[in-house]
Amino acid sequence: MKYLDEYRDPVLASQLSRQIHKMATKPWVIMEVCGGQTHSIVKFGIDTLLPDEIELVHGPGCPVCVTPLETIDRALAIAGRRDIIFCSFGDMLRVPGSTTDLLSVKALGGDIRIVYSPLDAIKVAQDNPKKEVVFFAVGFESTAPANAMAVYQAKKLGLKNFSLLVSHVLVPPAMDAILSSKSNRVQGFLAAGHVCAVMGYTEYFTIAEKYKVPIVVTGFEPLDILQGIAMCVQQLEEGRVEVENQYVRSVTKEGNLHAQDLISKVFKVIPRKWRGIGEIPNSGFSLNNEYQDFDADLKFKLGHIKTLESLQCLSGLILQGIKKPYECSAFGVKCSPESPLGATMVSTEGACSAYYRYKR
Amino acid sequence: MIEQLTCPFPIRQYPHVLLAHGGGGKLMQQLIEKMFSYAFGPKPVHGLHDSTVLNLPVSKIAFTTDSFVVKPLFFPGGDIGSLAVNGTVNDLAMSGAKPLYLSLGFIIEEGLSMESLWNIVRSIKNAADEAGVTIVTGDTKVVDRGKGDGIFINTSGIGIIEHSLNIAPGFVKSGDAIIISGDVGRHGIAIMASREGLAFETTIQSDCAALNGLVHLIIKSGADVHCMRDLTRGGLASALNEIAQDSGHPIEIEEAKVPVIEEVASACAMMGFDPLYVANEGRFIVIVPDKQCEKVISILKTHPLGQGACRIGSVSDAGRPLVSLKSFIGANRILDMISGEQLPRIC
Repeated sequence: MKYLDEYRDPVLASQLSRQIHKMATKPWVIMEVCGGQTHSIVKFGIDTLLPDEIELVHGPGCPVCVTPLETIDRALAIAGRRDIIFCSFGDMLRVPGSTTDLLSVKALGGDIRIVYSPLDAIKVAQDNPKKEVVFFAVGFESTAPANAMAVYQAKKLGLKNFSLLVSHVLVPPAMDAILSSKSNRVQGFLAAGHVCAVMGYTEYFTIAEKYKVPIVVTGFEPLDILQGIAMCVQQLEEGRVEVENQYVRSVTKEGNLHAQDLISKVFKVIPRKWRGIGEIPNSGFSLNNEYQDFDADLKFKLGHIKTLESLQCLSGLILQGIKKPYECSAFGVKCSPESPLGATMVSTEGACSAYYRYKR
Repeated sequence: MIEQLTCPFPIRQYPHVLLAHGGGGKLMQQLIEKMFSYAFGPKPVHGLHDSTVLNLPVSKIAFTTDSFVVKPLFFPGGDIGSLAVNGTVNDLAMSGAKPLYLSLGFIIEEGLSMESLWNIVRSIKNAADEAGVTIVTGDTKVVDRGKGDGIFINTSGIGIIEHSLNIAPGFVKSGDAIIISGDVGRHGIAIMASREGLAFETTIQSDCAALNGLVHLIIKSGADVHCMRDLTRGGLASALNEIAQDSGHPIEIEEAKVPVIEEVASACAMMGFDPLYVANEGRFIVIVPDKQCEKVISILKTHPLGQGACRIGSVSDAGRPLVSLKSFIGANRILDMISGEQLPRIC
C-alpha cells in the first residue's frame, strides 16, 4: 500500500538495525512517548532488532490509559441515563471504571454509540433534538483540534443538546513530570509525531535543555521508529542534546497554526489528573469560559464521585517507564484484555495490552 | 434461479410483516405458500408435515447449525440471506462434507418491509441453487417491534461424507503447509463501511460465497487434507489459534505472504484494524502435507474463488501451541486470538 509499504521495507529495516548496533557502545534508556509507537514497536517486533544496549521504555502517551478513573466513572454515570446518547471513540468502551465499563452499560440499555469523529456526534445531536448528546472528548493535542471544532460548530449552530465530557491531556508537561521524578531512568525521547504535527516542536527545546535529554520527533511506521532510535542513539553517543525531527513528512517546527488557533479559541490549560500518575500542573485542556455551556461536567452536575482503583495494578509505574508489564504480578494472571485491572491492558496502545498480545 | 420474478404474495396488500404472519393462521399460511414455497419448491405430494424425511445415500454425515444476525441486512456483495446459506454450506464443506440439505428458521421483527423479506428469500434461493443445496424444512416466527433487528436467520445443514479422509485439527502434523484460498478482510470491511455512522466511501464488496465447489476439487484430487477452516468471525488469526490449540502444534506464518487487497489494507490502516482479525465469508485455509502444497495451490487456482491461493506458513514441531508471525520487517511475534471485538481506536 502506497505511503505505508515504503516505511515497512525489511531491507531498509535491517540496514537501520545494523547501523544502531554499530553506534551503540553504552547502555541507553529511550522512551517512546506515544502509545501508537509502543503498539508499532511490539506489533512489528522492532525491539527485537535492537542491540542489548538499547532499552525502550513505554511512555504515557495512550489517552485511554491516562484518562482518570473519576472521569471514566463520570462517563459511566452519564451514559447510563435514559435521556442521554453517549458518543465515544471505540477503545474507551472497554476501559474499566470503579465497578463497570461502558460496554456493560450499553448491554444494560445505555444508548452508547461509537463514532469516528466528534463531528459525527454533532450530527447525532441534530438528529435527536429530544435527547442530550454527550461526546467523550479524550486524547492528546492530536485529537484536540477536532474536538475543538465540534464545540465551535455546536455553538455556531446553536445546539443546546450537545456537550463534551473533556479529559484532554498534554504531552510536554508529562515529559517534564517524568524527567523531574527521582526514579527517572529515561535518557532520550522519541516524541509523538502526530502531537507535533499539530503543536510543532518548539515546546521541547526547553525540556531538552533543562534535563539534558535528546528528543527526536518520530513517526509511527517501523522505519520511522528505527530511524528515530538511530538519531537518538547517535546524539546520546556523541553527547549532543538537541531536538531533531525524524517525521519531516508530517511535522514542521511551528506545527499546524490553524489547529492551534482553534484549540486556543475553545480550550484553556488546566492542571489535570493522569490515571496511575496523579495530578500534573498545566497538563490538560478544559473548555474555556466562552464554551462552558457545552461542558458535560457542569451540565450534569455530577459532583464528587468516589472511585475504587485496583490495588494490584502497576499501570502508573508502567506509564512512567519505571516498570515493564511482565514485572507486574497480575500480568497475564489476574489481568488480561478480557478482564483488565487497569487501562494499560485495554487499549491496543497500552503497553500491557501490547505485551500481552504480542510478547507472552 | 429467481432473478426478476414478481412474488405471488400480495406485497401491496401487506407492505410490512405483521405479528399475524407468524401466528399460525391464514396470513402465515399465505406467506408460506405464496412466498416461501414459491421460492423453495412446491409442497410435498402428501402435504406439509412436522418434519422432512430424507433418504441419504451414505451413513457418514456432517451436521451443523449457525445463526445470522448481520447488520445491515443488505451490504455490498451480499445480504443476510446469501450469508445464511453460504455460512452453513461452508461449515459443512470445512469438514469435507458435500452439503445437500438446509433448514431455514426466520425470526422476523414485526414491521420488516415485505419487499425486504422477498429480496432476502430470493437471495437465499439463488445462493442455495449456486451451492447445490435444497431447503427442505423451515420455520417462521414474528416478534414484537423492537425485539429483533429486522430479521434473524438460523440455518442448519446436512452434508454427506464420501471419502475416507480424517479432516480435523487433531490430524494436523508437523511440517504441514498452510494454504489460504485468497485475500482476507473484505467481508468485515464491507460491513463496517456500510454501517450507519461509520460510512466511508469504498468499492469493497463482501467475499461472501459458497466454498463447497472449491473443497470438492481438492478432495477429488486425492490430496491428503489434514484440516480446513473458514475464516469467519475473528478472521485468519482466530482460525489459526483455534487449530494450534486443538492440534497442540505451534503454527508459523509470514505477514507479508497473507494477501490483502489495497482497499482493505487502507481501510484497516485508517480505522486501526488488523486485517488478520477481520471477518471473511468466502475464504478458508487448508492444511496439507508439505509435498502436496504446490499441487493443492494449483487446484485452487483453477476455480474462480481460489485465484489468490498461496502458502502463508507451516505447522511447526513441538512447542507451545501458539501462532507466531514473522512481521513485515522480519521480526517474530505472537499472533494472538482476538479478545472481544476490534474497536476503532482514538488516534
